[in-house]
Amino acid sequence: MYNQKVVDYFMNPRNSGRIEDASAIGEVGNPVCGDVMKIYLKINPQSEVIEDIKFETFGCAAAIATSSMITELAKGKTLANALKITNKDVADELGGLPAVKLHCSLLAQEGIQAAAADYYMKRDGKLPAGLSFPESSMSNGGAEEERFVSEDSRAAD
Amino acid sequence: MTAREVYLDNSATTRTAPRVLEAMAPYFSEKYGNPNSLHKYGREARAAVDAARAQTAALINAEPTDVVFTGAGSEADNLAVKGAAWALREKGKGAHIITSAIEHHAALSSVKWLGRMGFEYTILPVDGRGMVGPDALEAAIRPDTTLVTIMFANNEIGTIQPIKELGEVCRRHGVMFHSDAVQAAGHIKIDVKELPVDMLTMAAHKMYGPKGIGALYVRRGIKLIPTLHGGGQEFGLRSGTENVPAIVGFGKAAEIAKARLDAGADKKLAALRDYFIEGVLSKIPETRLTGAAGDDRLPFHTSFAVKYIEGEGVLLLLDAAGIYASSGSACTSGSLEPSYVLLATGLDHATAHGSLRLTMSHETTKEDIDYVLEKFPPIVEKLRAMSPFYNKK
Repeated sequence: MYNQKVVDYFMNPRNSGRIEDASAIGEVGNPVCGDVMKIYLKINPQSEVIEDIKFETFGCAAAIATSSMITELAKGKTLANALKITNKDVADELGGLPAVKLHCSLLAQEGIQAAAADYYMKRDGKLPAGLSFPESSMSNGGAEEERFVSEDSRAAD
Repeated sequence: MTAREVYLDNSATTRTAPRVLEAMAPYFSEKYGNPNSLHKYGREARAAVDAARAQTAALINAEPTDVVFTGAGSEADNLAVKGAAWALREKGKGAHIITSAIEHHAALSSVKWLGRMGFEYTILPVDGRGMVGPDALEAAIRPDTTLVTIMFANNEIGTIQPIKELGEVCRRHGVMFHSDAVQAAGHIKIDVKELPVDMLTMAAHKMYGPKGIGALYVRRGIKLIPTLHGGGQEFGLRSGTENVPAIVGFGKAAEIAKARLDAGADKKLAALRDYFIEGVLSKIPETRLTGAAGDDRLPFHTSFAVKYIEGEGVLLLLDAAGIYASSGSACTSGSLEPSYVLLATGLDHATAHGSLRLTMSHETTKEDIDYVLEKFPPIVEKLRAMSPFYNKK
């Protein structure tokens, strides 16, 4: 079900862990749905370059692989450029994800968005134009994810 | 590097035993007759089906003519539930069915479908171990209740229901009682002459037989409306030319299972199961057994809820180590909901996502289990180290 690259990014996660003196933290997802992602950013205050980034994820292999990938894509970019990374970029860089797992890549994109929002709120006390906390941000109480039709779920027994 | 492979998904399916395969083979090649034909080839096939029916019946101490072969365990559940519900409604006995919250979809979806066809139903809750209470069943029975369907043992959590007590409640109220014994048959002793059960479902591939063949025990005198119409095979209850090789395989698998049970193999496996459970619980902190323990649990079955992580990742890492298991997490089912069975036992969503099931076979050895006990804890530790919920020291 997963391609080799996804399996690699799951088995050998990039940038997993936490940053103790993080400039910003974004937490997205919902434990009820089985995916929670926490993104830690270390940002250079002058250049706004992401100098370090780490993640902690509770979720399936795709959630961990997309977390790995977005941290790799965002590292070294300015916050503004990191915010341009889409969930499609993450899925494409991984060589594609199964349709039922595409929501995991959205969570990765939203993780960066939530962390960026946290950064600006801490620095300026308000969000810049065009940026908001994502729907799935834990500061909004977590995602109300669309439910798949359970009748379609496969059973092995 | 060891190339050890440990298959621990025997609740999903088992390996067809070599002796079973051997018994089946001639019925694909030289003995290919249709049992409904009059000539020699037909008679040969008929004799084989009759013998297999006797073997399958003997496993549960039933009369051979009370066993109907179907195309799967799911089909047998459909025939029992729909067939009895329609037949009893036709007789004017009522249209209310009772089932439990942890049934396999084959029974549960059949009941819910009947609900759309004008029947009414009650779904009984279970306790923390996944047990249905006989008192709760008794309280749910109404004057128009015709049928109760409650599984013998659960596939996800291994809990064996108090079938005798539940059946006695049904008897007392004159209600028909069906039990899906797909997980239990061949693995624990079942005697339909002692148990107050009217119908019982079995499947060959859960007891080292082939896939694509199920059986329904139907106590003499019970009338069912068939779900499949045609040539009237299987006493008119399951039309379609008999799958002779698979039926022969079922018979052989049942015969072997009976001999194994008579020799006490279930006790031996239960001891290995308890060694396994103790090992997991002592090596992996903040992990609990799901379902019942001891004699109330299937002898080959273990299932756990591992906190702070999601089951799918564990499965993939176990798979990479040559260990094949399954999970009730949402991510393994293509839905966002974790297992309804685990939720029914009171587990919260996040913990249910971390569920894992490892089901042994009679071929599983202590060395296999020791290998799993060596590989499993570091896998959990690796995933927990990445989890935002896990409190690292």
